[in-house]
Amino acid sequence: MIEAQDLLLFKEIEQFVYREARLQDSHEYDAWEALWTDDGMYWIPANGDDIDPESQMSIIYDNRSRIALRIKQFHTGKRHTQTPRSRLCRVLSNVELLESTGNEYRVTANSMIFESNARGDTIWGARTEYLLRRESDALKMAKKKVMLSNNDKPLYTLSFLV
Amino acid sequence: MVTASEMVRTDSVHGALYSDEAIFQAELEKIWYRTWVYVGHVSEVPKPNDFVMKVLGPQQVLMTRDRKGEINLLLNRCAHRGNQLCMEQKGNRSSFTCPYHGWTFSNTGQLRGFPFASGYDGADRSKLGLGHVPRVAQYRGFVFGSFAAEGPSLEEHLGAARDALDRLCETSPSGEVEITAGFLQHRAKSNWKFLVENETDGYHPQFVHASIFSVAKSGIGELYGPQSTAVARDLGDGHTENDLRPEFRRIGKPMNWFGTNAERLPEYVASMKAAYGEERATQIMIDGTPHVMIFPNLFIAEIQIFVIQPLAANETVQHVTALQFKDAPDLNRRLRQQTMGSVGPAGFLLADDAEMYERTQRGVTGASKPEWNYLGRGLHRERRDENGFLVGDATDEVTSRGIWRHYRSLMEAG
Repeated sequence: MIEAQDLLLFKEIEQFVYREARLQDSHEYDAWEALWTDDGMYWIPANGDDIDPESQMSIIYDNRSRIALRIKQFHTGKRHTQTPRSRLCRVLSNVELLESTGNEYRVTANSMIFESNARGDTIWGARTEYLLRRESDALKMAKKKVMLSNNDKPLYTLSFLV
Repeated sequence: MVTASEMVRTDSVHGALYSDEAIFQAELEKIWYRTWVYVGHVSEVPKPNDFVMKVLGPQQVLMTRDRKGEINLLLNRCAHRGNQLCMEQKGNRSSFTCPYHGWTFSNTGQLRGFPFASGYDGADRSKLGLGHVPRVAQYRGFVFGSFAAEGPSLEEHLGAARDALDRLCETSPSGEVEITAGFLQHRAKSNWKFLVENETDGYHPQFVHASIFSVAKSGIGELYGPQSTAVARDLGDGHTENDLRPEFRRIGKPMNWFGTNAERLPEYVASMKAAYGEERATQIMIDGTPHVMIFPNLFIAEIQIFVIQPLAANETVQHVTALQFKDAPDLNRRLRQQTMGSVGPAGFLLADDAEMYERTQRGVTGASKPEWNYLGRGLHRERRDENGFLVGDATDEVTSRGIWRHYRSLMEAG
């Protein structure tokens, strides 16, 4: 039997991943960066979902300092591929809490992202895994793994936050 | 109608060379299916019967190592009805069976058999093997193929670019590089020649990459500035390089070329000194790896290799991976990390390069004017170096002019 408390937790998690999606769509870089824990890891594998990122190339394999660098690059105003910015609209669905351990939650969701930029219109699809952690009463993102459905194929530039 | 060769002038090229589909088809015939094209590296098929899927121009090619250890380049197309023979990206097998009608081929391309063989009474099996790239050759482990049955040897084709490959391998303590980290595939709506030109264009980095140079406090920008002592060099045969050694030698610090110092890579430095001796190792570690574009499709960019694959006049894929030095694990980890940060679809550098590839492509498409692109930068100060190569200042377009001179000679050939 599901307790009311579980429903509240689930709603909190769902609201968190929706908020993350909205901050990405609206290019609110600093607010997005603030969602990360100090040991955050942002990973977009290539050539399959289960490669070893310590020996194989990934599209993004950012530790926390590299996430910060990525955000700083946007703020220069000279990140040409995002000047002008991509217009984005993503739908996040299938949000599921897989596992709760202490103050950590393993969550999955699917996303469909419509991107419009100078090249044209591109649709991206991904299954996403999050590791969320409760830190001083707020949820934070400790890991985000984005498994693009076409990560084994040639991809156009993917320079927005996915 | 003007021909492709008339569209190449000393200091300018016509925009149609990048956008015309008929010219692209002619390039396939005269360049991609004729000259030597880089396909893969021996370390991708280390053991007998290993295979890996590669590309040569728009075509899929199976690079196999047969049981004798020889490298073969087979077209991934069944000799029967043209079905795609293999759907695996890599593996180990001595034969390939087509899932359509069960024809089986050895990993050297010979037809081994077909089901219900009485239906083929009298057929000459020796003529029913897989299509293959007739000439396969390698240099320092880099495997090239040529669809022309005859022509210049690989060594002749590489010419002065051989020295760049030698320099690259020498930066490895074992003298060998490996390609083992898997490729990112970055697609751009652009003509392949914009990519080739950009690889050794020393004029763009300070502008296209200003964002990352400023926030990462990188010194790369200055290497491509007006005060830089680096040179842009036309190596002949379409091969070009940005030779950064004058700057690295002026600075004189081992591993500065890699944005670090010797203290941070003690294992690598020790194995280099053991392999080459103190003095030679120090010089190699000051000089660094080359930045060379080997025409038409292999770009060695210090720490990674790019393989350019043309798909259409306005569609190109760049396959890119970190170089790995055999027996240098501490360096290899950093090579992978830096490569993942800088290149591929989300790379700090390449996403902005690709943006420029696509914008220039849109610029040259249609009847927009002026229809000529101007490549005259540094023409007045071009000079011959001590080896007779044309060189210019770090930001000069001597490299682009060299690429186009060679291109014209290939397109004019019968």
